[in-house]
Amino acid sequence: MASQNLQSVPAELSPEEQEREAAGQAYFDRIISEDSRIEPRDWMPEAYRKTLLRQISQHAHSEIIGMQPEANWITRAPSLKRKSILMAKVQDEAGHGLYLYSAAETLGQSRDKMMDDLIAGKARYSSIFNYPAISWADMGAIGWLVDGAAICNQVPLCRASYGPYGRAMVRVCKEESFHQRQGFEILLELSNGTPEQKQMAQEAVNRWYAPSLMMFGPPDDDSPNSKQSMAWNIKRFSNDELRHRFVGMMVEQVRVLGLTLPDKDIRFNEETKKWEHGPLDWNEFKEVLAGRGPCNSQRIERRREAHENGAWVREAAAAYARKQAQKESAA
Amino acid sequence: MTDKATDFAIEGHGDISVGVSGAGASGDGSASATRITPGNALRPEDIALEIRRGQVKPSDDVAEFALRIGDDALILAQRLGHWISRAPELEEDVALGNIALDQLGHARSFLTYAGAAWGKSEDDLAYFRSEPEFRSAHLVEQPNGDFAVTIARQFVVSYYQYELYRRLTESTDATLAAISAKAVKEVDYHRDHSAQWVLRLAGGTEESRARMIQGFQLIWPYVDELFEDDELTTRLAESGAAVEPSSLRGDFDRLTGEVLAEAGLDIPKVPQALGGGRRGKHSEFLGYVLAEMQVLAREHPGASW
Repeated sequence: MASQNLQSVPAELSPEEQEREAAGQAYFDRIISEDSRIEPRDWMPEAYRKTLLRQISQHAHSEIIGMQPEANWITRAPSLKRKSILMAKVQDEAGHGLYLYSAAETLGQSRDKMMDDLIAGKARYSSIFNYPAISWADMGAIGWLVDGAAICNQVPLCRASYGPYGRAMVRVCKEESFHQRQGFEILLELSNGTPEQKQMAQEAVNRWYAPSLMMFGPPDDDSPNSKQSMAWNIKRFSNDELRHRFVGMMVEQVRVLGLTLPDKDIRFNEETKKWEHGPLDWNEFKEVLAGRGPCNSQRIERRREAHENGAWVREAAAAYARKQAQKESAA
Repeated sequence: MTDKATDFAIEGHGDISVGVSGAGASGDGSASATRITPGNALRPEDIALEIRRGQVKPSDDVAEFALRIGDDALILAQRLGHWISRAPELEEDVALGNIALDQLGHARSFLTYAGAAWGKSEDDLAYFRSEPEFRSAHLVEQPNGDFAVTIARQFVVSYYQYELYRRLTESTDATLAAISAKAVKEVDYHRDHSAQWVLRLAGGTEESRARMIQGFQLIWPYVDELFEDDELTTRLAESGAAVEPSSLRGDFDRLTGEVLAEAGLDIPKVPQALGGGRRGKHSEFLGYVLAEMQVLAREHPGASW
């Protein structure tokens, strides 16, 4: 498999450089075949670097944009305990964004550049955050379904072949696990509450179910990059495999919640031993991805506004640091 | 401390498949998922438990005092919480979020304790009182403004709270002392955070300096109210349960003065506002803060969340 990754060596390289490239590729291939780890200073194929940079920065952007739908309820959380948990959760997401931007920086791109790309609409983030969080129960559904799907996706990434990414994911996953539980707990409380609360919970599950299934990405036969990512030990399971696994978990947990999943076609296939779900609206997925979701413009605008409103603060901090450094070197 | 082991913060990740067993756990709300919070710190749930067991109950005076400082922390947390996802830099989303979370934790403890005098929970007090029943100072009600206004407000609050909590650790009321012992350590970081930013903004660019000066202009009229004594604080000072707010002023002036001097800033020469928050006379802003904070809880009275 690894031989597919060989880059065509540009002709203008000197013989020594060609030799270095070949040795680098051989080292890379061996590391991948041993299922070991590539570190920032190691030689890596350009395509591997680009794929990782795209994936990690998208992941970081998702954390940052993903703060918004939940931050929307911090000031209105219905109990002080819930407010406290929600604040901690959204704050964790800023922290995840920070680790991930740092991991991406080891691949040679600055956080400033990544942030500029996000604001310019040139970078992607998880499409699910373009849906609005319109009720308190959405805090539960986002935690349970969206963070639940994220965990399914991310636990295998702890073993990603790129060291800084895998290590960042270990910490991210620990916190995501807590997030998922708090979401479940919100829904459980609502489901056992008043009829209005239970209805609120069911409606939120209805709204977030399909988008959360689509978080795993397009079906395997429509996911051109997956194969290469799996060959590079970045991705460990296919989109559909992860999606089926996730559905199986949700089927069990929704019973405990006393709610239902809005999918009458869910069934366990005895032959394949896999959970199956009903059809998903991939057209809507593509529409939202293309910028036509309910909140795409709002999310980017909010990020742009925060970033631009903060420009004078960042400039001040940089200017102050420069002055301090000058003072120290003069002393 | 608690009668039930609820520490589900970290037992390996990816336990979504077994999430059900741990998911119903409660009472661990303010603990960090990564357990940055010291494990033995006093939590509002612990105080509520002691109240239920009849182990602690504040005097009416102590309850009224706890309500004042709890309301300050609550309204400030509500204000600061708005910054999360809007800060100038990701690091500040985390920092302001942390400070908001600390303040909310203090508010929950003080309000839980205060409520014990009247048979009310922290949420009864936070969500089902109207404006005149709140006891917050005007300072914490002030809008966030730009980052410099928030820092100016934070600078004043944290230096005030530090001096207050430091003294309350010696309160004759053991619960007040215990809550303050936890709070003072956290507020010490808040002081550092705001002082660092005062220095950076004052010594950064021309624009940041102008904004910092303007921030202090806007915030300074609400300083005196924090240090006003009244009959309640006099009685509490005599009993040793609390101190006269005026007794904090010397240290506050000295320590804030040192930072302002280093920043090359003058104390704003602005008239002091009349205040009255401790008597339920509030700014125009508080009504909006409460309307937003209370709306959902009031739509579902008696519901549990």
